[in-house]
Amino acid sequence: MSADTLATAKPAVELEGITKRFPGVVANHDIRITVRPGTVHAIVGENGAGKSTLMKILYGMQKPDEGTIKVNGTEVGFRTPSDAIEVGIGMVHQHFMLADNFTVLENIVLGAEPTNVGMLDTGRARRRITELAVAHGLRVDPDALVEDLGVGDRQRVEILKVLYRGARILILDEPTAVLVPQEVEELFQNLRELKAEGLTVIFISHKLDEVLDIADAITVIRRGTTVASVDPGDVTARQLAELMVGSELPTPETRESTVTDTVALKVANLTMEADGHRPLPKGTPLSTYVAKLHEEGARLLLDDVSFEIRKGEILGIAGVEGNGQSELIEAIMGIRPAHGTIELAGQDISGWSTLKRRESGVGYIPEDRHRQGLLLEASLWENRVLGHQTRAPARKGIWIDRRASRADTERIVKDYDVRTPGVETLALALSGGNQQKLIVGREMSGEPAFLIAAHPTRGVDVGAQAAIWDHLRNARAAGLAVLLISADLDELIGLSDSLQVVYRGRLVAALDPSDVTPERLGGYMTGAIAGTEET
Amino acid sequence: MPAGLNRALLTVAGVIVAIVLAIAICSVAIIIAGASPLDAMGAFFDFGATARTQSNGIAAFLNRAVPLFIAGLAVAVGFRMNLFNIGVEGQYRIAAICAAYVGSTFTAPAPIQIAVIIVVAAAVGGLYALIPAVMKVTRGVNEVISTIMLNYIAINLAAFLVRGPFAGERAEGQLSTTTPELSESAMFPDLNFVFDGFGLPAPTRNGGLWGFLIVAAVLGVVIWVVLERTRFGFDVKASGLNGPAALASGVNPKRMVIAAMVLSGAIAGLIGLPEILGDKGAYNSNFTAGLGFLGIAVALLGRNKPVGIAVAALLFAFLDRAQGPLQFADIPPSVITIIQGTIVLLVVVANEVTKRIALRLEERRAAQELGRNTPVEVTA
Repeated sequence: MSADTLATAKPAVELEGITKRFPGVVANHDIRITVRPGTVHAIVGENGAGKSTLMKILYGMQKPDEGTIKVNGTEVGFRTPSDAIEVGIGMVHQHFMLADNFTVLENIVLGAEPTNVGMLDTGRARRRITELAVAHGLRVDPDALVEDLGVGDRQRVEILKVLYRGARILILDEPTAVLVPQEVEELFQNLRELKAEGLTVIFISHKLDEVLDIADAITVIRRGTTVASVDPGDVTARQLAELMVGSELPTPETRESTVTDTVALKVANLTMEADGHRPLPKGTPLSTYVAKLHEEGARLLLDDVSFEIRKGEILGIAGVEGNGQSELIEAIMGIRPAHGTIELAGQDISGWSTLKRRESGVGYIPEDRHRQGLLLEASLWENRVLGHQTRAPARKGIWIDRRASRADTERIVKDYDVRTPGVETLALALSGGNQQKLIVGREMSGEPAFLIAAHPTRGVDVGAQAAIWDHLRNARAAGLAVLLISADLDELIGLSDSLQVVYRGRLVAALDPSDVTPERLGGYMTGAIAGTEET
Repeated sequence: MPAGLNRALLTVAGVIVAIVLAIAICSVAIIIAGASPLDAMGAFFDFGATARTQSNGIAAFLNRAVPLFIAGLAVAVGFRMNLFNIGVEGQYRIAAICAAYVGSTFTAPAPIQIAVIIVVAAAVGGLYALIPAVMKVTRGVNEVISTIMLNYIAINLAAFLVRGPFAGERAEGQLSTTTPELSESAMFPDLNFVFDGFGLPAPTRNGGLWGFLIVAAVLGVVIWVVLERTRFGFDVKASGLNGPAALASGVNPKRMVIAAMVLSGAIAGLIGLPEILGDKGAYNSNFTAGLGFLGIAVALLGRNKPVGIAVAALLFAFLDRAQGPLQFADIPPSVITIIQGTIVLLVVVANEVTKRIALRLEERRAAQELGRNTPVEVTA
């Protein structure tokens, strides 16, 4: 298109002195970014550095207090995202916004349906989508139901949705967070093709290797302001990270092994049906029942899962999300019924309530802290009581011991470096990293024997991440058994003493973290490499 | 604790704004109805000309507030857990008639007889609330629907009982049916002596100032302690604020639903007692109805907190008392319902707004206090 050739003279997006203040804090301060058209421009920074605020400004979701935005050389003032779409800016959100029960085609046209006398013109829509898909190398089946699609496919649908609305500038917010390495490679291939077509991609990430791989230019944001614009050819990942953090970096590497011979948690033949728990028929051993389920082709969320975790050991579970990790956690916590046995320190706890399991020393750092871990509208000390309401120091007979709970919360705040004005502050006022540190501190209280850590550093900044890793390592050295579930492969490989891969509810491979690469791990996670490998 | 104080002040400010707005809106309604808002205002504060009518007015006002307060408490216990016990209405009606009947079957020293009546009322109310609770935890039946249905059953069952099995003797010329009269020892002592203290004559209408006021006040304190200080109260709060988090931390949601529903029903069972033990001495076919539904409004207005509910109950009772004076001033008394409705609506809106402002202030305050020492941290 000739418009593109003309536009090459002018930057696709130019941000000048963007400042956004929220009461009490400056989220963005004097941001300056120039994005050349037809490039992939990466914006990197820690969580909380101000990336998302900046993107919201660029996509018209928030208005800057100061500064100007120019798109293709013309100054614009967005009031709503539709203004941004109008000038050709499209956003692919980190969390997909798709209707599961709609087809790909329906999802793409949703909100911008081509009509023919008031009826949805599927023919026209399909032609347009196929055109776009072919032109940009984004292969999807327009008639597939979104609920049947994998994560990578869903992302392509999101990108097509944005292109369908005529976007020439794409903002991708942490697009690789949910992808395994193979899918990342595929996404990058797509992005390169988009670039070749003259589209501009703004790529937000904190995964530096990927950024160096795909970006033509990189802007680093730290504490709300642009600290550097660099050429990916001139920097290493380490230098980039140091620009992001402003000092040296932590690694998840565990030091010497602390694994003992005492088994802390033993899980045997854990099996969970997808269509609701049914009690075992009388007199049938579990193995026969499971074999029968297999024969019937019943869908199993957990399929004969067995493992042991010894004291001082961190067992990492790798897997693409939705392959049974949440169910495994819920079964161990007693939130959801399952077949099979769970033994804690040699004692069968399968029939116990969640409360009793917690009381006997099972700690739980939930995967979604806002959903399962916190009472956002309650004070920090009340959050300290949560899950410990029947134990010291929170309990005093039928009463909640408020003074002791407050005092112990002070201890957590101090020991775990939770940045808060005080223990009466509501949990929602804290940043994600500090909320997570509070949860880690709470779950480490009362000398747990076994800890489930699900995505313990998800959505926290590098500093908090390092602190949480330290706490996990220290607890492990003190004899804690940890089940670590994470989507961050570096974290898994770095922290775990042993690794298991879960795929479609089965543990498909046991790997040695000392000699596995993220790529090979990804192969097992997607089922690309089959077969069990023992180490 | 300045943060908490801020939140409380903000709430009160919001409520005051809402009430002022409600009065403004109602003034318009009164003008449309062809009367003067000022006259109406006067009527609300017109407790009568003589000292006797004044004390009667005050007693009527407080007597109305007591059952409203208990009803508000009953509803609030459920609300705290996001349980909508719409069945308070049915629970108190069925509890009232059972308690009135059981109380009439025997005579015992006053403390024992009154205690038995109270226990029966609470037990019947609690048991009747157990039905929707069990339906919810075993079969997942929504408690809103089941309690509404159970209200119809309870109301009609009470109507049947008062005519049939539980009917007492009907006095000559009496149109309403009633349960047998309670013995004198079952009547709760009145509080008329309080009026002496203020130099007012004792109220004479409807049994004077009902002594059940004391029970209601104690109940309010007990409920506050249970909800705010005990482990049970913590579990209720956690379940209400975040169900999945409560579940993950070992709170048994089914047990909590049953406990909260039964507690709510047991409190609801007491709603009818002030009237029975303070005035009527029986449950009759024109027993005060609708208190359970008003309790929902009172609980909403009082933000599910005992102190708030007390204020809300007093406000509603204050407005209700003006029925008579409004009619004397030629103003349709339905104005009261309009005022109550608008106040509830506006206060609910104001509560939501002030809550959001308070939460935002809290975030801002935390950010400010932390803003000075840098957010970036690195541990070696």
